[in-house]
Amino acid sequence: MTEVIATNQTILVVGGGVSGMTAALEAAEMGKKVVLVEKRAFIGGRITQLYKYFPKLCHPTCGLEINQRRAKMNPNLTILTLAQVTDLTGSEGNYSAKVTISPRYVNENCTACGDCAKAVDAEFDNEFNYGLGAMKKRKGAYLPYNMAHPQTYVLDPAMIGTEDAEKAKAACKYNAIDLEMQEEVLELNIGAVIWATGWRPYDAAKIQPYGYDRIANVITSVEFERMMDASGPTGGKLIRPSDGKEAKDVAFIQCAGSRDRNHLKHCSRICCMASLKQSTYVSEQFADSGKSTIYYIDIRAIDRFEDFYKKVQANKNVSFVKSKVANIIEDKATGNPILRGVDTEGYHRYEQPHDLVVLAIGMEPSLNEAGFPGEVVINEHGFIERDESNGAIFAAGCAADALDVNRAVQSATAASLRAIQVVNRVAGAEG
Amino acid sequence: MADEKKVGAYICSGCGIGDRLNMKQLEMTATRDGKAKVCKTHDFLCSKAGVQMIQDDIDNDGVNQLAIAACSRRAKVEAFNFSDVSQTRINLREGVIWARPEGDEHTETTQEMADDYVRMGCHEVKAMTVPTGSDEQPLVKSVLVVGGGITGLTAAVESFKTGYSVTLVEKSGALGGMAGDLYKRVPTRAPYAEPEETGVAELIEAVNAADGISVHLNTTVTKTAGAPGRFEIDLSTESGSTETTTVGAIVQASGMKAYDANQLPEFAYGKNADVVTNVELEALAKAANGGSMKRPSDGKEIKSVTFIQCAGQRSEKEGHLSYCSGFCCNTSIKQAMYFKESNPNADTTILFTDLRTPGAGGEDFYRSGQKKGILFSKGEVSEVVPSAEGLEVKFNDLILGEETSMQADLVVLATGQVPNSGPDPYAAVPTKEEKEAAEASNTVEISVESILNLDYRQGTDLPHLSNGFTDSHFICFPYETRRTGIYSAGPVRRPMDTLQAQDDAMGAALKAIQSAENAGQGRAAHPRSGDLSYPLFRKEGCTQCKRCTVECPFGAINEDERGFPQFNESRCRRCGTCMGACPVRVISFDNYSVDTVGNQIKNVDIPDEFDEKPRILVLACENDAYPALDMGAKNGYHYSQWARVIPVRCLGSVNTVWLTDALSEGYDGVVLMGCQKGDDYQCHFVKGSEMATMRMSKIADTLQQLNLEEERVSTYEVAITDIQRAPQLINDMADTIEKIGMSPFKF
Repeated sequence: MTEVIATNQTILVVGGGVSGMTAALEAAEMGKKVVLVEKRAFIGGRITQLYKYFPKLCHPTCGLEINQRRAKMNPNLTILTLAQVTDLTGSEGNYSAKVTISPRYVNENCTACGDCAKAVDAEFDNEFNYGLGAMKKRKGAYLPYNMAHPQTYVLDPAMIGTEDAEKAKAACKYNAIDLEMQEEVLELNIGAVIWATGWRPYDAAKIQPYGYDRIANVITSVEFERMMDASGPTGGKLIRPSDGKEAKDVAFIQCAGSRDRNHLKHCSRICCMASLKQSTYVSEQFADSGKSTIYYIDIRAIDRFEDFYKKVQANKNVSFVKSKVANIIEDKATGNPILRGVDTEGYHRYEQPHDLVVLAIGMEPSLNEAGFPGEVVINEHGFIERDESNGAIFAAGCAADALDVNRAVQSATAASLRAIQVVNRVAGAEG
Repeated sequence: MADEKKVGAYICSGCGIGDRLNMKQLEMTATRDGKAKVCKTHDFLCSKAGVQMIQDDIDNDGVNQLAIAACSRRAKVEAFNFSDVSQTRINLREGVIWARPEGDEHTETTQEMADDYVRMGCHEVKAMTVPTGSDEQPLVKSVLVVGGGITGLTAAVESFKTGYSVTLVEKSGALGGMAGDLYKRVPTRAPYAEPEETGVAELIEAVNAADGISVHLNTTVTKTAGAPGRFEIDLSTESGSTETTTVGAIVQASGMKAYDANQLPEFAYGKNADVVTNVELEALAKAANGGSMKRPSDGKEIKSVTFIQCAGQRSEKEGHLSYCSGFCCNTSIKQAMYFKESNPNADTTILFTDLRTPGAGGEDFYRSGQKKGILFSKGEVSEVVPSAEGLEVKFNDLILGEETSMQADLVVLATGQVPNSGPDPYAAVPTKEEKEAAEASNTVEISVESILNLDYRQGTDLPHLSNGFTDSHFICFPYETRRTGIYSAGPVRRPMDTLQAQDDAMGAALKAIQSAENAGQGRAAHPRSGDLSYPLFRKEGCTQCKRCTVECPFGAINEDERGFPQFNESRCRRCGTCMGACPVRVISFDNYSVDTVGNQIKNVDIPDEFDEKPRILVLACENDAYPALDMGAKNGYHYSQWARVIPVRCLGSVNTVWLTDALSEGYDGVVLMGCQKGDDYQCHFVKGSEMATMRMSKIADTLQQLNLEEERVSTYEVAITDIQRAPQLINDMADTIEKIGMSPFKF
């Protein structure tokens, strides 16, 4: 049984991505008790699946290493993975949260030696690689990725009850595999909540004219990101899913699912910068033989991101077309997607083939009103509004708005202070 | 705790270590060479029983220096958590058995690697003492907020709500700042359709009502001395009186200045009263207060207005701002709505190149503007000239691709934000010619008046990142400041709107309070948060060379009147750059010093020349290169059996004595791995990696004196993702040694 000590002076952080991690660490480093609940088997969230950050083009795992070290060193912080908040009642300074923890089938004895993974044969699609899972599978006993924190293996629930599960158990010298592990439900008393459940990529298949579900060489920006990872699905190569050919002529379609009444009405903020950044991946891999074309409505490279936009504009291998692409068809002979639409600067039609199309996919908030376990004001886009009636439930990062990493961290730091103020008041009242 | 140092070596045989290595041999090495008083082996050291075994020895046997030979220091941190003892990790798993292939032909060299690491670890920990924290400053629960605009007001109110008292300083005669001069602000709540009240009046009320906030108007900061937990601030009023106050930490919310639109003669600004900036339009709207808007030139009701976006922005022209100010698209939509409010039939046109209204609120507000009949047109304005009806705006219609023009009663220039920051301590000093050229061309002048007047060795104000903004360089750490305990917030940090500025104020308030708390407990701030070590200084050996004071990336070290360094412990970030800089080695930390690393280097067994077993010293940044090697090994990327890897806090902490010692003792090569430097530097200690590279460029002389080849020392930039490349770099050195031969300095 997982033991967690929490009181109404404890802060509950829901979501262990960059926002939740930041909010939790900042509060814990102020001496507050914090319980961080993360749905996946590891913390870090979506940044763990990115190759580089804009505009610095540095690696997200660098800052993550610092944050994970902060987490390991801090006795005030308790991290629960494979866990979700399933009920939340009460009011400021006194909430009761129900946390449901799915079985990992591996306990804290795990040394991450990897013997269980070697022992099993069963393989599954690797969700870490989004839709490119089929390109490289993972074992049924696995560490989600190199830097996963906690460094504890996971058994795929689909493997439980099979011979492979027994093989994994037999291979473990440390009695770390517990096939009898059951779902647990914890009831925690807490003072304030930081809701940092982040975002998910909009379902690209819903953007019917772009053929994501029909055309192999139409992928999303988050999938493209995984291709650059040397230990990722393509071994760090930009190749086409259809035939493994190098993708040297890449089209980026902006606002794929965003700023669109039929899909997400909001602007997802990050996608312009993400595509500008990804155009540098094409140059990084293929130098002058790599071409990028960005189809856009407005390039939203605000504040000092403008410098980065200018740098990309100066690259003669990157071109910009002001156009909302109408549709994409596939050239069956070559596998090339062909983009059709009207260039609004000068109003001419185009029908342009590319090796690969990357949809700059919109950011959909991960929470949805029907499923929210407590009571907060959620706007029509699915983001949590700032509202007095939310009590001491504070949204951080992309639960509050479509934000980039830098602004999500800013938002999370602010949310952390709000939560600290609440538990300080509780502490003051209780003396 | 016993006074006497007693080393205990604990060796784990789990995870295959026992299968690959001779444990008896390792034990012997630990006791015989490592001089461990206690040495125990366990087949599952991180288990409860293993940890208990160690704890029992601490409790009952007086062991107070732990050399734990198991997995990497990055693994099982929570399990090996012992208090009041010195501790090091000997990396036998990722660093030895995973870094080397299996097979009989490798057994001997793999064992030698492990034996060396055991020796190194035992002697490293012997040189450590348990840090007790800096007690140079008390816990001072107060914050200085500089600037009384919406950012400063928010920081003050929120700090006060968190239990801190606040000194709020405003140089003008009133609180409110530029946001206080707005008629309304861009909406901050769904449905994001209408301009809303700024909320500044309520904030001022809250500040005035709080007994813990003291407001100082017409006041500037004329001196900031000290450090987090003991900042001494001189506050001077216009009348000339000065008082001194003590605070724990500082939020700098000095805000922005309006862009000087006189730089835009092509838009007739300054020549025609009906061309105004977005800042000036707020005053017109305030005067109208919901009634019809009047033209400045003749008081006639304005029936048509044209907004020119990016006026003097996103442009490389002289006097223009190269960046985008971010807030202006939404602001123009808001201001167009002012006209629609009193007259729905007013013609309002926004001429833009990219309309930038990001996020959920931005896009809703844009749609609301469209619904109200605001016209958005993609066009680049070339000129504004007077016409019979008022003004003619000439522009290139980017959709139709033609030059055209439109008439307007009023033209609003969407001008940008200029940060109100002080002088950059690291600005390149302009040459005489540059100065003259700047004067001649009348370029934009970024404020040179100091805001904080820091009494620091390295300048009076926060360093700039770009364009005068004092932003953090790090994406994941927006509040990572280069002056500990001083956090900037709002548009002085980065261009932003009022909503973001308020969030930013809260974030900065948290960090300021946190830094005061850390200082009070003698702990380091980010990124080594919680570290209790701090620089110790042996004054008698100091030659007053000033390298430490000059090289400290955080401007932490001052000089006293005799030129000795003053460390200001709570300003220090514990990177060790000062330790690396010191030519006479008088700077150290309790648990990290010239000796802790030097002992490791000296205790590697150097086989004689005829054994053909070279030794490569690898000094790796603990945040990026060292994890890259760990993860590489886990993924099967092996590296040379000759390598001995030592993690360092930062490459900046590498003292050249380590290299000269290593080379003169017979090491054949040295590889240094730090983070990227330059404009997009990734070093979390800012200049550490750069400093190291600079020092290494001078090591060539030493090599020459020793008659050694230059190739024996290589410095690389390594990222945490370089899990294949980092091992390869070590292998490259092994190849080099094979080519140029063994060092002649073997004994």
